[in-house]
Amino acid sequence: MTTQHPPAETTVRAALDSAHRRDWGRLLALLTRQLGSLDLAENSLQDAFMLAVEAWRSDLPDQPAAWLLTAARRRAIDRLRRERVLRAKLPLLSDSSAEVAGPEQEEESMSTIPDLRLGLLFTCCHPSLALEARVALTLRCVGGLSTAEIARAFLVSEPTMAARITRAKKKIAAAGVPFREPTDAELPDRLHGVLAVLYLVFNEGYAASRGDAPIRRELREEAIRLARVLAGLAPDEPESLSLLALMLMQHSRREARFDAAGHIVLLPDQDRGLWDRSAVAEALSLLRRAAGYGRAGVYPLQAAIAAEHSMRATATDTDWGDDRGAVFRARVAHQLPRRPAQPRGSGRRACRGGRWTVHCG
Amino acid sequence: MEYVLLIYSDETAPSSPELDQEMWAAHGAYGQMLEEHGVVRGGAALHPGATATVLHRPAAGGATERLVTDGPFTETKEQLGGFYLLDCADLDKALEYARQMPLRPGSAVEVRPLISPPAPEEGSGG
Repeated sequence: MTTQHPPAETTVRAALDSAHRRDWGRLLALLTRQLGSLDLAENSLQDAFMLAVEAWRSDLPDQPAAWLLTAARRRAIDRLRRERVLRAKLPLLSDSSAEVAGPEQEEESMSTIPDLRLGLLFTCCHPSLALEARVALTLRCVGGLSTAEIARAFLVSEPTMAARITRAKKKIAAAGVPFREPTDAELPDRLHGVLAVLYLVFNEGYAASRGDAPIRRELREEAIRLARVLAGLAPDEPESLSLLALMLMQHSRREARFDAAGHIVLLPDQDRGLWDRSAVAEALSLLRRAAGYGRAGVYPLQAAIAAEHSMRATATDTDWGDDRGAVFRARVAHQLPRRPAQPRGSGRRACRGGRWTVHCG
Repeated sequence: MEYVLLIYSDETAPSSPELDQEMWAAHGAYGQMLEEHGVVRGGAALHPGATATVLHRPAAGGATERLVTDGPFTETKEQLGGFYLLDCADLDKALEYARQMPLRPGSAVEVRPLISPPAPEEGSGG
């Protein structure tokens, strides 16, 4: 302990928030791999954050993520010991050269912690889970959002959302949903399921009927962050590149979508000077890469529509193609993931005819 | 982990001796593949639901005698027509085998994990 002065309360809070936002998914993925149980990993990591609230007040660690990892492992051992299966499970804990406990392990830096988030993402988006459970679980486990935040975002009560997440985790454990990245042969199938979840997360953050509360923005940013990770995993896959491009283009209009009173401003009326040009530029370059792979699926099509708008200085310049692009749009609308049924009276306007509207104008 | 692959099919769907023969042959080959992979623990094809007999235990009260009725238990169009019991690494593996199973059009396979009995406690347990 090398404390000179205890860190200020706000410093501790900021460190905790930033560790949670930045490291939750990565730590949970690693712990899940090592413990072989998502539930145990999550509970232990949550314990570690609780311990940090107290401990960091007197001594802020240099490597918050490593501190949390060590604390979570210790908590996992305590939990396993209580469950009296320690002997059977203990070898799993030391399989990544990281020995259990020992303060010297706190020196471990984030750069040596392997990034297994993708495996976690594929577990959360497993086709054996209901779509609404996949979305919630992804936000909880990979995104590190609290159950309360997810419940707020989806306009359900916190106990309802907690029950949904618990059910999904129970199913993962009981049904033996594996924690690993899919093989090359499985990837095309599984990738589509993950993209659908990210698409729904983004749209939840984009739903015009719900305004632009901070939680909306967080959902969008989380979806973009995960889409980036995915695009990195499948750099030759036009669907993942295009989904990221699509999100970036929609997100680029965030400053222009609402007026001072918080009312939605439709695409033709938006001040295009407010569009985030660097996000558009990145999106267009992703799309060019995607186009190089030839096959045009649902996300490349939709991104192409968004790009058409993004490249025009005014709404009247839009090149609609034949028949105002109706054929084009119909093709897209029939392939998009559907949002699961919603509770009555919640944000119906964003969902016409049981299907998400195509956010192209 | 152990999984049971439950085959549900519409018993009222038209069939023919040729199709039946085809299905038996396909399942024979499928079963052999499972054997070669060392994953199969058992399995069977079942007679139609109408051949079933059901014993009911009363929900409450003093009666312990079981009431015997005709079956099947669930009066649905889709009936359990057969099953395989597999032992494989995880759900994805089980799904891979389920995907390869010969099926009549309009049928479905349900993959269910088996509960493994609780590990025996050391000593007298408890």
